[in-house]
Amino acid sequence: MSNHVKISVRNLFKIFGPHPKNALRLLKQGLNKEEIFKKTETTVGVQDASFDIYTGEIFVIMGLSGSGKSTMVRMLNRLIEPTTGQVLIDGEDIVSMNNDQLVKMRREKMSMVFQSFALMPHMTVLQNAAFGLEMDGIDKPSREARALQALEQVGLESRAESMPSELSGGMQQRVGLARGLAVDPDILLMDEAFSALDPLIRTEMQDELLKLQSKAKRTIVFISHDLDEAMRIGDRIAIMEGGSVVQVGTPEEILQNPADDYVRAFFRGVDPTNILTAGDIAVDSQVTIIVTDGKSPRAALQRLIKNDRDYGYVIDSTRKFQGIVSTDSLRELIDRPEYPQEISNAYLPNIVPAHTNDSMQDILPEVASNPWPLPILDSAGGYLGAVSKNLFLRTLHRSESEEPDESIEMTV
Amino acid sequence: MRIFNFEEQLIPLDEWVQTAVDWLVMNYREYFQIIKAPVQISLEALEWLFATLPPFVVILLFALAAWRFAGKRVTIFSILTFVLIGYLGLWEDTMTTLSMVICSVLFCAATGIPLGILAGRSKRFETFLRPFLDAMQTTPAFVYLVPVVMLFSIGTVSGILATIVFALPPIVRLTNLGIRQVHPELIEAATAFGATPWQVLRKVQIPLAMPSIMAGLNQTIMMALSMVVIAALIGAGGLGNPVVQGLNTLEIGLATIGGLSIVLLAMVLDRITQGIAQK
Repeated sequence: MSNHVKISVRNLFKIFGPHPKNALRLLKQGLNKEEIFKKTETTVGVQDASFDIYTGEIFVIMGLSGSGKSTMVRMLNRLIEPTTGQVLIDGEDIVSMNNDQLVKMRREKMSMVFQSFALMPHMTVLQNAAFGLEMDGIDKPSREARALQALEQVGLESRAESMPSELSGGMQQRVGLARGLAVDPDILLMDEAFSALDPLIRTEMQDELLKLQSKAKRTIVFISHDLDEAMRIGDRIAIMEGGSVVQVGTPEEILQNPADDYVRAFFRGVDPTNILTAGDIAVDSQVTIIVTDGKSPRAALQRLIKNDRDYGYVIDSTRKFQGIVSTDSLRELIDRPEYPQEISNAYLPNIVPAHTNDSMQDILPEVASNPWPLPILDSAGGYLGAVSKNLFLRTLHRSESEEPDESIEMTV
Repeated sequence: MRIFNFEEQLIPLDEWVQTAVDWLVMNYREYFQIIKAPVQISLEALEWLFATLPPFVVILLFALAAWRFAGKRVTIFSILTFVLIGYLGLWEDTMTTLSMVICSVLFCAATGIPLGILAGRSKRFETFLRPFLDAMQTTPAFVYLVPVVMLFSIGTVSGILATIVFALPPIVRLTNLGIRQVHPELIEAATAFGATPWQVLRKVQIPLAMPSIMAGLNQTIMMALSMVVIAALIGAGGLGNPVVQGLNTLEIGLATIGGLSIVLLAMVLDRITQGIAQK
């Protein structure tokens, strides 16, 4: 993924109600939302949000209801006017655009998929899919051809002449997705797009989205209150609380270093073994032995004893993993001078190193069944570190035991 | 202790109104005559049309409309109605009434639908409009008949103007309601796909408000028909005439066949327009 910034949100505020200016001043004085509501009867929707969304990534904005995530996504296409701040799309500030520029930007760069589907009940599936193109003034034959292509992408071309009310919820949202895809946007905004669907269909739609994304990389901003969904589809996640963005990062980063109790509470109950990979938790704290000519088993044994370790990880000069030796296997070799005294003759048998992208779940059997820490290799076979039973359990323990105060109990 | 001294202090609102209307009649009567012109022209065209068409063509047209939009029973009912009216000797009056109703409904639709759309899109305009609509619907027609006659003189056109005042509110209200009932997320979706406010109106709001607008049109037609007798009091022709004449000369029979024709015509128009609204 390239790190070219597609959407840049800069110090964005949204204040609902009669006195936004006053509320803004009070916010800068450090008052919180409740105090401001008492004083001015205005509601702070989004508060000083700043983050970047990169080209081609799925960026999930996650939060509970009332956290401002829906307001946030609507400020990205100005369905809701920001109070102050900037939204830069390809470097252009859409907040300062006039109406004509705004309409042009909406037609050319972005489309949106809604939680309630928001299909036009008086139009056929095909006309719905062609809606954005119709607004753009594309003539009927070509817009219908493109809409039909979009319907094909979501597997609904056979229902083109149906009315939306004749379709199931999942199918309706496929039409919503086709409508978004038909205009071939750079940016797809998805506001809780799959939340109204039942769990099985939701997973199916997530897979569908990932499949589409693998074919044509769009920048997708996905709003969700569902952590599993965010983890499944998100390249990066922003977590919102009370109108503020409290943390932005990859799912792994957030899981391992939650910024505060709110974020931690969000992740409680998440099974970390699904999300964390071997590479995430591997630690390079084991004794490594570099095989070079002349490094004798005796010297290796000395190192292990000195470091009080039972196992040593043998690598070559480019850190390529070679094998594991133990104090026992080295002693055995030294006790039999008739064998060539090379470290490779002391390698333990049946070592299956894990790959950095294997999930914790994948590596669990190997970690559990062997006395030695499991070596983790990168894609080129280089040694990254190892995962011991201890480390594995500590990771599980950390994500489960660090529960926040009871005061921020929450349901997701 | 008396706070409100109703006997001695009076607000002379009645005199003010009198003066204002007199002043309007004295100075601006010709302008009001100009306002009349479009109504007069449309009415004359419609009257000419219905007078020229042979009865069987009119019956056939209504039967076809009923067949197309409202089904077999309404078709039979409307044929019977028009045949009965013909044999009652009220064909010409009925055609005049039809012209008046169609003419006033056309003007009601032409002004009422845009007003309703504006009200549907602006809370402030709706608030401004509402008391006027209330007044138009509740002010007894007899109160404004006299100033209407003074400004527009006696005749069928004045009758139509009075009818428009009374029949306009339902189409404004129901258009407003229809526009407001469109789900906000549909408007949001259209806007997100780059629709201009005009496109939102044309492609989303008006099509979705159509059933409600048609219901308003139906109500307006009914109200217009109910004004037929009152319009006859200020010299409008049509089915109101036999009723008024029958009342004046105590010819109960004449008043009854006039009233019956109005009711039957109203039922035919109601069933057909409801059928259109449901399609």
